[in-house]
Amino acid sequence: MGPLLVLAMLSYTIRRLLVAIPTILLLIVACFFLMHVAPGGPFTSERPLPEAVLANIEARYGLDQPLWKQLWDYLTNIVVHFDFGPSFKFKDRDVNDIIAHGFPISLTYGFLAFLAASIVGIALGVAAAIRHNTWIDYFAVCLGVAAQALPNFIMGPILILTFTLWLGLLPGGGWNGGQWQYLVMPVIALSTSYMGSIARITRSSMLEILHSNFIRTARAKGLPEYLIIWRHALKPTLLPVISYLGPVFVYVLTGSVFVDIYFSTGGLGQSYVSSALSRDYAVLLGVTILYGALTVIVNLLTDLAYAWFDPKIRY
Amino acid sequence: MRDARDRFLRNKAAIACMAVLFLIVVFVLVGPQFSQWSNEEIDWDALGDIQTMGAPSLESGHYFGTDELGRDLFARTIQATGTSLLVGLIGSAMALILGTAWGVIAGYVGGRTDNIMMRLVDILLAIPTTLVIILILIIAGRSFVALFVALGAVSWLTMARIVRAQTLALKNREFIEAARAGGVSETMIVFRHILPNLFGVVIVYASLLIPEMILSESFISFLGLGISEPYTSLGALIAQGAGTMAYGTLWQLLFPLFFYVAIILTMFFIGDGLRDALDPKDR
Amino acid sequence: MLKTRKTFLLALVSSSLLIGTASASSKVPDGVKLAEDQTFVYRVLDEHSSVDPQVVEDVTGSEVVRDLFEGLMNQDSDGNLVPGVATGYTVNDDNTVYTFTLRDNAKWSNGDAVTAQDFVYGWQRAVDPELASPYQWFMELMSIRNAAEIIKGEKAKEELAVKAIDDLTFEVTLTAPLPYFAQMTTQSTTYPAPRAVIEKHGDKWTRPENIVSNGAYILTEHVPNERSVRERNVQYWDNDNTILDKTVALVINDENVALTRFLAGELDRTEVPAGQFPRLQKEYPGVAISFPRLCNYYYTFNLSDSGPEAFKDVRVRQALALAVDRKIISEKVLAGGQPEAYTFTPEAVAGFTPPVTEMATMSQADRDAKAKQLLAEAGYDKSNPLSFEMIYNTSESHKKVAVAMSQMWKQKLGTQISLANMEWKVFLETRGNQDFELARGAWCGDYNEASTFLDLLDSESGYNDGKYNNAKLDELLDTAKRSTDAADYYRQIEEMLASDMPVIPVYHYAGVYMMDSDVGNWPVNNVQTRWYSKDLYKTAQ
Repeated sequence: MGPLLVLAMLSYTIRRLLVAIPTILLLIVACFFLMHVAPGGPFTSERPLPEAVLANIEARYGLDQPLWKQLWDYLTNIVVHFDFGPSFKFKDRDVNDIIAHGFPISLTYGFLAFLAASIVGIALGVAAAIRHNTWIDYFAVCLGVAAQALPNFIMGPILILTFTLWLGLLPGGGWNGGQWQYLVMPVIALSTSYMGSIARITRSSMLEILHSNFIRTARAKGLPEYLIIWRHALKPTLLPVISYLGPVFVYVLTGSVFVDIYFSTGGLGQSYVSSALSRDYAVLLGVTILYGALTVIVNLLTDLAYAWFDPKIRY
Repeated sequence: MRDARDRFLRNKAAIACMAVLFLIVVFVLVGPQFSQWSNEEIDWDALGDIQTMGAPSLESGHYFGTDELGRDLFARTIQATGTSLLVGLIGSAMALILGTAWGVIAGYVGGRTDNIMMRLVDILLAIPTTLVIILILIIAGRSFVALFVALGAVSWLTMARIVRAQTLALKNREFIEAARAGGVSETMIVFRHILPNLFGVVIVYASLLIPEMILSESFISFLGLGISEPYTSLGALIAQGAGTMAYGTLWQLLFPLFFYVAIILTMFFIGDGLRDALDPKDR
Repeated sequence: MLKTRKTFLLALVSSSLLIGTASASSKVPDGVKLAEDQTFVYRVLDEHSSVDPQVVEDVTGSEVVRDLFEGLMNQDSDGNLVPGVATGYTVNDDNTVYTFTLRDNAKWSNGDAVTAQDFVYGWQRAVDPELASPYQWFMELMSIRNAAEIIKGEKAKEELAVKAIDDLTFEVTLTAPLPYFAQMTTQSTTYPAPRAVIEKHGDKWTRPENIVSNGAYILTEHVPNERSVRERNVQYWDNDNTILDKTVALVINDENVALTRFLAGELDRTEVPAGQFPRLQKEYPGVAISFPRLCNYYYTFNLSDSGPEAFKDVRVRQALALAVDRKIISEKVLAGGQPEAYTFTPEAVAGFTPPVTEMATMSQADRDAKAKQLLAEAGYDKSNPLSFEMIYNTSESHKKVAVAMSQMWKQKLGTQISLANMEWKVFLETRGNQDFELARGAWCGDYNEASTFLDLLDSESGYNDGKYNNAKLDELLDTAKRSTDAADYYRQIEEMLASDMPVIPVYHYAGVYMMDSDVGNWPVNNVQTRWYSKDLYKTAQ
């Protein structure tokens, strides 16, 4: 990679990041108003609060201000103090605390699940393609499709019943600072369905490459098969896989609510859904911003990885 | 088009899956004739002892057993399968219409319009789908329509991007230039030349969307935000069955799961078959 | 139990002094061998909102706070009042001034003495508009002089009529006599607060590294959405009689997973999922337990102008109430030992004897026949069926009850019912705006007295979402509040409800638990489920 190319990619990255700022700003505004359209507020409860009490609470959190003022205060607090506001539901923690606690957890098991899904999925797909139309292929296809077709939330109860109740091997839930025993089930539960689709994409991509002209040429030159695959076939095979992996990484982190619900891992997925249901506005917004920023960054990384894998693409 | 059909017909897996899907649709349409219970009727005798009285049996008329409330699972599975198929079809149809319209306009008009429209798509793509779905279902209440809107709302974005890219590629091709030089109006060009040429890509993507829609619906049901009783969906039945799988009523999970997996699998293979048939260059 | 309230109160003052000397050995029956490891692990559905006594509003949080802090009075395992930090109290002649005597050996976990000033500070905090506790209403309900004005911001919080006469004497002045005032001091909102710690750490004072508390336990670990751990407080005045060393609350959102983990031995207590009790009771006798709780479950008609015309006809309301087969709901749908409800107030409420209503004595067949007849009289039949929508908030067990009820009505009366479940906040908003026809409702008593339930149907009540308006009932409620023996009035009100039927009582809640057999002294008789870790113990097995 020449210095010119590095420079080009650098300026591309900076341009993309600059565009990301208004994107996230608009995201905040859109979510803010959507949230307020939803019926009920953070302090709607079974026991309707007397007016005076409600007024005190709203005054404390600034909810008595006009909406635009609330939005403005919210934004300035983020920019000036990097403060994402208080939680209305969890009175002794604020949004920064909640994210600082939950995000590393989600990131840990999400990243491990992502790695597991990618490695196993790609390996399975490559093996199936190389041994096309053999039992390995059929096995890999069946496994991949089955993993993808099962709704991933049924993995939770199945794993806990098997490993905790019947085999007594693993603790049924919790995080305990991320010890491996507590990680096994969340990672398996989260990775299976993505593993299935990665295997399928890898397989069809690999098959296509193996039938292409340049591989035929390489074969004609008498190169050993493993070298052909390793040196020539693998890189182009992974192109469509990579464009799929980007969104998967985001999904793995944001769609992990069922892992938190079943395994009590304490990640952000559950906080996210419950904050929407309890109208904990600041928590909902904070996590949305985090996820939005993550999406933007992951998309950028995917594009950069794409450029690295496919030298034909230039920015 | 003819080539494509031939290619599709030669794809054995896809044809087999079409047959299976056809059987499932027949089951949904004809099944109720054989059901001895309606989908909402409670079998009061079975209610107290689901484990034995609610087990699948020909005698009691509960071919698939009953759910937790003593309602016939055969009738409910039929109704749920219908719902899930509809969710898949309508959800992806919505994505198809909105996404195509958006993508064609952005791509064809180009310039600043394109920029603004696609920037909006980028922003919407950055909003977590979970949030969009939850908020729509909270705001709009829980009905079939809300469900379709929620699912359509999160799935048209990718479609719009694909269609735009295709439109951009098409609009500078010679035959379009020729039509324009021949005095054909812009609207006509879009309808006569652009849209027909998008057909293949759009159909392939839409068919791949159907199983995704059904999967998303099951996630919504898992969160308890699915459609209202007495109606149900496969996702809702599976979520309930998964909860009670350890309590000796495994049929509550297995019957809906069977239909669910069957639908998803056939959709996968049909989608793959369509892609191979309509988009040979892609392979 | 509450025959004449005055003698009850007097008895309480004297008896409480006696109980105060009882030792822990009385908690453990003779011959029981205690376990080496005194750790109690239980499941909670959701993360607690806070462990700040004045701020906490959820049940989960209150359970933790009751262990960490101690108020003036506690409840024993039967729900009776026993001394806490106060050894007892006296009341003036017109029942408006309460004077509590504090024990001299009560200490905070940092070794400081618990004084009357700590209570003054705590109570002022509870009404402070700046803290904006969601439980401010509770202080208002306690009728403490100036509380309402302070909450409205009209007076300074220092003007609250609570006084530290000296370090060990705490005096409260009420605006009007309140028969159950002393009972209310078991609520966590009224616990003392450590001023120095709160002023030093601000909002973060309840973190395990900062918190100072005066209860039998101290908070040693809190991992949000995962677990909280409280361990023995050696400074607690009654530490010698505390047996349990450690209590762990694990957050497990899914009740089925919780049950699996209980069966795998990870938990000592969890809830039984609806419908599973009979099976579990058979398979694990003595472990699956059920006991009545102070909560009701009902459906309320919308009787306001926006409600359907049909429900304004008492015959329609009667017919619908009659046709609900409560036996099926309590024995087959929920199957957790929930009592069938024919009155609004649960039978478990102290001093309340439910009237024997006509409906309660009929057989279900008779009820169904009468329901059909009433509905026909009201002009509804096959050609003109009654149709309406019933709403409930999203939950497995509410769904089951709603589906069962709608099927009963459909099959017996031919009514057409559409079911709509709503997400919790939307549900509350819809019900609160009278935007419904028939809606689910439930209430858990704030204190163990019938008015905590019956007040809901007062025409002025903010919780009266059905907008039932009956001047006679309002008047009876008012009289009951000022009388010394209210039982008779409450019975009259229930009779009135039975004939007017503004709500359909369905069942009264039961606590349905899987409780490890080595857990001793769980207060099954405390209908408010106020349990204290200090009263529990684990036996060796």
